[in-house]
Amino acid sequence: MWIVGPIGFTAPWLLLGLVALPILWLLLRAVPPAPVRRRFPGVALLLGLRDDEHQADKTPWWLLLLRALAVAALIVGFAGPVLNPEDRSGGSGPLLVLMDGSWADARDWPRRVARVERALDEAGRDNRPVALVTLTDRPEGDLPFRAASDWAQTLPGLAPQPWQAEGAADWAASLDGDFDTIWLSDGTAQPWRGDVLEALQDRGEVRVFESPSPIYGLAPPAFEDGAIAVTARRAATGRGAEVTITARGLDPSGIERELAREPLAFGPGEDEATLALSLPPELRNRVTQFAIDGVRSAGAVALTDDSLKRREVALIAGRDDREGLQLLSPTHYLEQALEPVADLVEGTLSDILLANPDVIVLADVATLPQAQADEMRDWVEGGGLLLRFAGPRVAGSDLSRETEDPLMPVRLRAGGRSVGGAMSWGEPKSLRPFGEDSPFNGLEIPGDVTVTAQVVAQPDPDLSERTIASLTDGTPLVTRKRLGDGQVVLFHVTANAEWSSLPLSGLFVSMLERLAVSTRAARPDASALEGTVWSLSEAVTAFGQVDEAGTMPGVAGADLARGVPGPATPPGLYAGEDRRVALNVIGPETELAAASWPANVAVDGLAVAQERDLSGWLLAAALGLLALDVLAALWLAGRLTGPRASAAAVVLALLLPVGEARAQDGTAPEREPLGDFAIEATSEVVLAHVLTGNSDLDELARAGLEGLSRTLFARTSIEPAEPMGVNLETDELAFFPFLYWPVTADQPQPSDAAYAKLNTYLRGGGLILFDTRDANVAGFGAATPAGRKLQELARPLDIPPLEPVPDDHVLTRTFYLLQDFPGRYAGRDIWVEASPPDAQAVEGMPFRNLNDNVTPVVIGGNDWAAAWAIDDSGQRLFPVGRGFAGERQREIALRFGVNLIMHVLTGNYKSDQVHVPALLDRLGQ
Amino acid sequence: MSDPAALRSRAETLAGPLPALLAGAQHLARTVMLGSHGRRRPGQGDEFWQYRPAIPGDAARSVDWRRSARSDGHFVREKEWQAAQSVMLWVDQSASMSFASKGQAPKSDRAAELALATAILLGHGGERVGLCDHDLPPRTGSLQLLRLAQALGAGDAAAQPPDYGAPLAREMPSRSRALFLSDFLGDVTPVEGALLEAADRGISGVLVQVLDPQEEAFPFDGRTIFESMGGTLSHETLKAGELRNRYLDRLAERKDRLLQLCRTTGWQYTVHHTDTPPQSALLWIYGALERDH
Repeated sequence: MWIVGPIGFTAPWLLLGLVALPILWLLLRAVPPAPVRRRFPGVALLLGLRDDEHQADKTPWWLLLLRALAVAALIVGFAGPVLNPEDRSGGSGPLLVLMDGSWADARDWPRRVARVERALDEAGRDNRPVALVTLTDRPEGDLPFRAASDWAQTLPGLAPQPWQAEGAADWAASLDGDFDTIWLSDGTAQPWRGDVLEALQDRGEVRVFESPSPIYGLAPPAFEDGAIAVTARRAATGRGAEVTITARGLDPSGIERELAREPLAFGPGEDEATLALSLPPELRNRVTQFAIDGVRSAGAVALTDDSLKRREVALIAGRDDREGLQLLSPTHYLEQALEPVADLVEGTLSDILLANPDVIVLADVATLPQAQADEMRDWVEGGGLLLRFAGPRVAGSDLSRETEDPLMPVRLRAGGRSVGGAMSWGEPKSLRPFGEDSPFNGLEIPGDVTVTAQVVAQPDPDLSERTIASLTDGTPLVTRKRLGDGQVVLFHVTANAEWSSLPLSGLFVSMLERLAVSTRAARPDASALEGTVWSLSEAVTAFGQVDEAGTMPGVAGADLARGVPGPATPPGLYAGEDRRVALNVIGPETELAAASWPANVAVDGLAVAQERDLSGWLLAAALGLLALDVLAALWLAGRLTGPRASAAAVVLALLLPVGEARAQDGTAPEREPLGDFAIEATSEVVLAHVLTGNSDLDELARAGLEGLSRTLFARTSIEPAEPMGVNLETDELAFFPFLYWPVTADQPQPSDAAYAKLNTYLRGGGLILFDTRDANVAGFGAATPAGRKLQELARPLDIPPLEPVPDDHVLTRTFYLLQDFPGRYAGRDIWVEASPPDAQAVEGMPFRNLNDNVTPVVIGGNDWAAAWAIDDSGQRLFPVGRGFAGERQREIALRFGVNLIMHVLTGNYKSDQVHVPALLDRLGQ
Repeated sequence: MSDPAALRSRAETLAGPLPALLAGAQHLARTVMLGSHGRRRPGQGDEFWQYRPAIPGDAARSVDWRRSARSDGHFVREKEWQAAQSVMLWVDQSASMSFASKGQAPKSDRAAELALATAILLGHGGERVGLCDHDLPPRTGSLQLLRLAQALGAGDAAAQPPDYGAPLAREMPSRSRALFLSDFLGDVTPVEGALLEAADRGISGVLVQVLDPQEEAFPFDGRTIFESMGGTLSHETLKAGELRNRYLDRLAERKDRLLQLCRTTGWQYTVHHTDTPPQSALLWIYGALERDH
């Protein structure tokens, strides 16, 4: 084989044929295309005309080039070209294929597997025993050297782990025997990497492969200055780059989706970039994870835990704030304590309950209205935390005196007590250390916290278990009761400094925090986690996928506190007693850096170049060029006309790559175009009639609407286009403001789908004029066939209650003042949507203020279309009545039509006239 | 050349919808033959035209006594001036007229059809029609039509026709009218001479240039050798497409030349394409021959 660059030739001697190309060029040049002989009388006019260009009696250069290229492609094709010819580097002895198998591997795992596969192939060809080891999942004992084909079968089952290979150095030091190593490194700098490399180099030759694709990591998000700070890191500095950070979480309907998406740019040379993401609290509390878009790696995913959630706390005080005495305000200290760490909700109690906050604080509120108390109880049972503070009002009220109030943890004795004051007998009491089972367990009690007054609990049997903090003399200070999924907590002192100095101390804030009233510090420290047990609820795979964790043994808090993911503490979301902690692959302190290798180690990329035989392509190209040559020769001779031209176009189209066509298919819009019908129906106002299937009737309806359209055009600013017939089954109704539906006894019932469309149409403000055309239906009884058909037709329709048009209906005055609505028949009432039963005429106003929308149906039988109908020349098609009276009736019919269309298009605009007196009055007229 | 009977039948169909063609007879005073051709003015003829008061100089025998007896004055009875016109047809039967692009009839067919249809119309109007080049002096009657159809349909089958034809004004009677149908693609000088001579002899008429759509469009490309229909002329080009514009310019020039010639001689000129229906051309000829100058 003869190799030039990336291409080798199996039969290189054939390439000598290329030398013949210039000769071919000379030969081809001399042969001009054959002329066509044509008989043409106009030749007399052509005599004496000369051709502009004289070179054309030789073959044009581009045709020559085409032919030469075709021949060259043939020659090269037969010479057997091969792309990326493999020159195999042989070797002997055992081979260790070592993979890091960490989260950083996950970003291009398939390429790594392909590289390993190739290494196994080569080893298999050279009959070398192979051991395939991932550092995150190390085999015990000696290296398992086996046949390469054995390993090839286990290859698809190999998966990276979402942590780094801690302790690999010790493992490498324990190896013995001689073997070469192929090491697929994940590219991150690790403390053990140098040791492992040294140990391996002692055993044999080491080749290192690294992927050049960048490594990104996402640090746990934290609150900074009211926004979420999302920090992304990268291993390689150098040129600037931009990544997209997405925040995912549950939407209000409980489906996980993307909640926010922001670009984040790394400057040149920077290895860290921070995005300040400001989200509304509602949205922020729902975020469950941040991720770098498009990076499949656990490092690019940061789960959020409770540290990012800010509780919504509602503060309600029992008495009004007294101006100027802010420090005495019942909620002042609460506000001070909670403002930085929670979202405070303000408002009345009923509004607040609707907002469903996490915590409601009642400061010295004794009684609640029964309805609100019930609502509040439902809310607590649904998981709310009700935090109550005592105070003069609570002490003075009968709250929870005889029987225990559901919203109080204990019964209270009357009056409370006062200690350490001028009129009392003892010293102010301080706090007793918190018990083991108290949520405040472990909090340090400052010495200066004293209590001078409190409400006192009745010594009920369950008092001791409900007490979570007490004074030195044993009287309960804070009591708690579980209620459903939520809890009720009572501080037996006030929320301000009147009864105790507790609200002044840092202990108060800590207690609120322990009660989960406020948000906690970003990450619990080791001491806080000491002695607790956590269970993994959601695990992150190395590919950054967040899955439900299966049953895993509990994890001790101390292990979790180390904050380093490993086999015992896989990254994920850990659930404790009342809070959740996220353990992310990238901790707040984790540094990302590119691995550095000593100069004596060869570092290659992962690219696997496939050997590829090119002769087929070249021969196909030669054939294509020859086909083009046929077309070009035809064209040059002027014979490429008529059917030949179209055939040539087809051939050319086939020669073009089909990839583009496929891409087009992918983006083809799925929406079905509505076409001309929609454009015709919407470019102008169009009156429409329902096609009944009876062609005479349809023609009459069309002619009627044509007449009405012309009348509207002549008299009003409505300028309708030609009316259209609408097929209820197939056509879209939404384009038409108005449908005229002549009813005959024999028309078919529309389908369910058509009724669904009709109902949508009616709800959307459309109007249907039903016309039984028998002058009878308006009376009760409706005994005509058309009347019965109308009842059948209208039964599935969503029609409100109807009434005969009242005298003050807006139809009587939308354009003309009318009281009768005749068509070809001067029938009786027509029916429209009933006015609300409470509509009353106001003194001094001419009209009642009636329903504030367009009546969806108008039902009558006066055969309006016949009265309106005109033929093509504008002549009336049907006589109406007799003589002048008849013409007058036709005029009124037309006016009814005008009023009706005005009503459809302007709604109850005219009904607003009812406000005119009030408006005039306001204007001072 | 098509069968004479079929040609006549086609021409009859073509002429059917039109009323009889009465060719304008400007120089009627000099052509003596009477015809059934009312001139809408007093003169010699059979049809009553008007009564007019007699004026001094009227011959007494010209007074219509029956009319004069009904009033005090004398009246002269005048008759409508009636005359017959001689129309000479010339249909180019040279080889170039046998050219036809695909899907079209040869130009000669169309020319013969138009000529015969005109002859039929003229015959209905009582005019006399003759055919140049075929020894057919102007005559009336259906026998003359038969002869015309035979002459137009048969052509001169034995002899090889020339490539391009030209009319001969010598065969035409003075003060007659003429209809020339040809493609006028050949040398224009003989046509020019014939027209000028015809004008000198008081012959006015109509020039219809019958062209094939390909002759108008020149839809050729590539290396081509163009030959005239008889093969006497040929022209080779390597890029026929390049010639198109110049060919079209020359064609327009030729049309313009013919139009100018017609203006000078008082003739009328039109172009007819074989892909358009013949009715419109016949209608135009009808109007042109009827028109008064």
